Amino acid sequence: MIEENVIGKSVPRKEGRDKVTGAARYIDDMTLPGMLYGATVRSQVPRGAIKKISFDSTIDWSEFAIVSARDIPGKNCIALIGDDQPCLADGRVNHPEEAILLLAHANPHLLRKAIAAISIEYETLPAIFTIEESEQQSQIIWGTDNIFKTFLIAKGDVDSVWAEADYIVEGEYSTGAQEQLYIENNGMIAVFDGETGITVWGSLQCPYYIHKALMALFSLPEDKVRIVQMETGGAFGGKEDYPSMIAAHAALLAMKSLRPVKIIYDRTEDMTATTKRHPSRTRHRTAVSKDGKILGGEIEFTIDGGAYATLSSVVLSRGTIHAGGPYNWPNIRIRSKAVATNAPPHGAFRGFGAPQSLFAMERHMDRIAQVVGLSPVEIRRRNFLKTGQTTTTEQMVQENIDLEKLLDRALKLSDYANKKAHFDRENEESQIKRGVGIAAFLHGAGFTGSGERYLASVVGIEGCTDGTVRLLVSSTEFGQGTNTVLCQIAAEVLDLPYGNVEIAQPDTSQVPNSGPTVASRTAMVVGNLVQSAALGIKQTLIAGGDLRTPYSAEEFRAACRNYIAKHGDLRSFARYDPPPGVFWDDENYRGAAYAAYAWAIYVAEVAVDSLTYSVTVEDFVALQEVGRVLHPLLAKGQIAGGVAQGIGFALYEKVVWQNGRMENGQMTNYIMPTSADIPPIRVYFEEMGNVHGAYGAKGIGELPMDGPAPAIVNAVVDATGTNFDFVPLMPENIFAEVSKTLSPDGER
Amino acid sequence: MKTNSSEHRGQCNLSFTVNGRTVEVRVFPMERLLDVLRHTLGLTGTKEGCGEGECGSCAILMNGELVNSCLIPALQAADANLTTIEGLAVGPQLSALQQAFLECGGAQCGICTPGMILASQQLLSKHSSPGMEDIREALAGNLCRCTGYIQIFEAVAQAARVKADV
Amino acid sequence: MRSNPTDYDLVAPGNLQTVISLLAEQPGKWLPVAGGTDVMVQYAAGKLTKRNLVSIWNLPELRNIEMLPDEIRIGAGCTYTHLREHEIVSREFPLLAQAARWTGGIANQNRGTLGGNIVNASPAADSLPAMLAYEAELILVSVRGQRRVPYVGFHTGYKTMDLATDELIQAVCLPRGFADYFHYTRKVGARNAQAISKICMAAVGRLRVSMNTVIGEVRIALGSVAPVPLRLTKLEQTVQGKAIDADLLQLAKRQTMAAIQPIDDIRSTAKYRSVVAGNLVAEFLEQLGGGGSRHG
Repeated sequence: MIEENVIGKSVPRKEGRDKVTGAARYIDDMTLPGMLYGATVRSQVPRGAIKKISFDSTIDWSEFAIVSARDIPGKNCIALIGDDQPCLADGRVNHPEEAILLLAHANPHLLRKAIAAISIEYETLPAIFTIEESEQQSQIIWGTDNIFKTFLIAKGDVDSVWAEADYIVEGEYSTGAQEQLYIENNGMIAVFDGETGITVWGSLQCPYYIHKALMALFSLPEDKVRIVQMETGGAFGGKEDYPSMIAAHAALLAMKSLRPVKIIYDRTEDMTATTKRHPSRTRHRTAVSKDGKILGGEIEFTIDGGAYATLSSVVLSRGTIHAGGPYNWPNIRIRSKAVATNAPPHGAFRGFGAPQSLFAMERHMDRIAQVVGLSPVEIRRRNFLKTGQTTTTEQMVQENIDLEKLLDRALKLSDYANKKAHFDRENEESQIKRGVGIAAFLHGAGFTGSGERYLASVVGIEGCTDGTVRLLVSSTEFGQGTNTVLCQIAAEVLDLPYGNVEIAQPDTSQVPNSGPTVASRTAMVVGNLVQSAALGIKQTLIAGGDLRTPYSAEEFRAACRNYIAKHGDLRSFARYDPPPGVFWDDENYRGAAYAAYAWAIYVAEVAVDSLTYSVTVEDFVALQEVGRVLHPLLAKGQIAGGVAQGIGFALYEKVVWQNGRMENGQMTNYIMPTSADIPPIRVYFEEMGNVHGAYGAKGIGELPMDGPAPAIVNAVVDATGTNFDFVPLMPENIFAEVSKTLSPDGER
Repeated sequence: MKTNSSEHRGQCNLSFTVNGRTVEVRVFPMERLLDVLRHTLGLTGTKEGCGEGECGSCAILMNGELVNSCLIPALQAADANLTTIEGLAVGPQLSALQQAFLECGGAQCGICTPGMILASQQLLSKHSSPGMEDIREALAGNLCRCTGYIQIFEAVAQAARVKADV
Repeated sequence: MRSNPTDYDLVAPGNLQTVISLLAEQPGKWLPVAGGTDVMVQYAAGKLTKRNLVSIWNLPELRNIEMLPDEIRIGAGCTYTHLREHEIVSREFPLLAQAARWTGGIANQNRGTLGGNIVNASPAADSLPAMLAYEAELILVSVRGQRRVPYVGFHTGYKTMDLATDELIQAVCLPRGFADYFHYTRKVGARNAQAISKICMAAVGRLRVSMNTVIGEVRIALGSVAPVPLRLTKLEQTVQGKAIDADLLQLAKRQTMAAIQPIDDIRSTAKYRSVVAGNLVAEFLEQLGGGGSRHG
């Protein structure tokens, strides 16, 4: 076993020093000479035709650059998957806050007044706001049937299981929208030059998504659009696709005014106008034998996509594939669909469909346990996937995962059995009811199915004359550790000190497209490519006779210098190669959906106050198998952060909707947990390796989002003896349920 | 504190100290101190996350006390002694808190970090060895979306230990 | 930031006399601003209609906490931090000190003032129930002199109060003598810190022990359940002299629910507020009587 130098060690965060000294430069820290500020005029109605736009004469409009759909040189859409989302509304609006006009002025304080001085008359149309209203199809707001996408997974013979079932367990589960709430609001700066084209700097996850979108919007070739990522203050998926919209807006204003234009959203605009997690509804119907084994079942999984398709088909895909959880389903039928409503389009948020369907699965397992008369622990034991069995998409589990053993360890770490017994005794007399809940789950890393093949990611590394190497990737840092981990990997392959490896700022004019920074793919997939590219550098130098192994950093430097003197530059590129033996059948939606799965068991302990119905999470154990922990501090940080967001998803974060608009678009009224609300989060890892990931790593960024909500709600059910099947679960909801058994004056 | 002379509109001349340096600015009295720091003085380390005093990313020390600079009119900072994140390191030497945040993973995306470090600084100036409850309470006005707070608590506890050893 | 600083003016005379002269000269024109934790939020939201502001931050005349034999006088310009760190306030008026700890985070506690909390008059304001429970009186000041009013009744309706356009709150007077009382306060918010309350309660009480143990007197105040903070005087009278048993607790719940007018809003529901308010009042009485399980 080779002793590793850098992998597995908590090396310093590459950009850490800048972050703790205030030197890190985010988009709002940047200005350009002659810069104007941009703002957006947005729809105040959920659906309708624009009849008239009036500009009040109290404003001198000649001072403003004004952009409408008519100014768009190319196609008026934000190119993503389908092309149905307009960049600017042209005669029709389909959701509140839809962008209609853009304004720019040198004085940002005048923009609010200007927006207020524009009045828009609409001929409103009936709008729909829920999955059920969309399904009714009394209003068709998208396509012919309001349905963006459907999937069908069919394995075995579901129709035959009902007859032999001892129990048929049904349940309906739902999850609400969730706002990503990165602490840095969205922002962009754009410049436009007739000769050289467009340059955009911004807070973003996917420079090449924006690049593609602007090429289409402006009908420009690829070398006339340049996108540069600035330090990004949190993203979580909320800066995956929406930045293309803001970049387009800033670039249009830059084109119109021939000045640099900065658009920075304030918190209310960011919350009300940009994407959120898709609300979901899942229906389960499961055939179970009397000894608690799942014989088969049907799952209907539906997500609300908002007004335009955007990413909904992909969110649906992941949610559908994860809907069966980490269990063995000999027979299953999963029907899923993404439907349209007149809300701002929903989008990517950590987990991307899986937190929704896994919430339902894990609540349903506890329901099955209740019906069958087994414990939540036992019902899972009897149904866990084992090596050699297949998933719902008939992907064979090839690694030696032992979920029962993982469960045992989680139960021990959380002292589950003792606590359960203790609480069951105490709850009778106590004003505070306590409970424990479990969630068992898996998360596939990388793009689904053939996604990675289509991405065809490319990574570059260049050697410099001072002996350092520079990584050239479009993968972005936004807190999760991209810079650090990718440099670690290169340093390990090249046997160089970590400090000798740098990473270029993601700039589409400088770096190849290593794919979007999403889907928990960066360490595993891009890291793998970094490994290959780094090997390529080493092999180039050795083959050229400039280097012999083993070598010191000094010798490496000399070799780089020599090579560059001879050849001009030293670069190595690696392109994604689909791993052999991983086959996905797109047409029949079957096969190896992901190259690797991480597995986890989470245990939550809650206290429910019977006077106020408030729930507090008092302890949380997060145990996961992740292939390989490349950087212990970063890995722990990812899990703790994800668990905190999951706690918010479960108990605190409620989007209050009014006619398709988020009414509580302020941090005062949209509640995320503070330091006073988070329990001790105890994080543990197991490492089984992963042949498809750099140094055996599996993706972990999204995994921790899947477990907390069901574990917590299962714990609340344990504490109160009442079933709850939705999140967010607020004290008012618990009260409403409990108060059904109270007399009018509040007495049982 | 100076009055805005006899006119009741227009800009005023203000003087205060930032990170040990006296500055004079000419600003409108109701400009936010956050904007004076970021735009007039170019000290962009202090961030805006919400503009309503909820997230704490604009937090600085004013006369040694933690305040949300997005809620302070410039005029009220006249003659005050301000400390921003840029004032903590001494040349290349990071403060104990900055160092601890690096070593313990207290900063992920970094946007809450300046305010969080200053809030921690105020805590340590009042409690040299704070317990976990003290740390939680001191930081409850600083929202972090990335870390789940755990490694921030560890950073503050470590900085307290380091400072105690000095 | 949805306001334009050039549309606003702020002056800082630096002494109370000049401030109240200004308020008298041009009635209704000047909005006093102390720590700004309410005013500046409205300003940032583009909702501050008054364009002329006068700073009363750090006025020495408003910053004292004066200890007299029968009462303490807290300058209206004292911040929540002053309150929580003050030894006498913490010891003799723990409900107020606790309310100060619950208001916002540390940064907002360093700037928010007691006077500001009163005048902003949010029905959910954290310190108001405590002042009702402690039977506070206010000293109001203007060019016409000082006047002293009981705090109960000061709030006449939603955001209306017994304060003339040229008046400022100078001090809050709290009678000393609650040292032997049982003090109870709870805030129910959306999270453990930095939360606008859904319900908040402050109460003091004393038992009377003669042949048996009965309630001597109680003072119960609730916030967030009406347009103004409420003293439940009718309930206080009902329970006085009664033994604390299950029937009394039920009666107290019913009377609480009858006395309040909570609403459905962005944070919570009327029904929830109603029942939980009743639960808290019952918990207070139960704990006063020495029973009930502590929460924790």
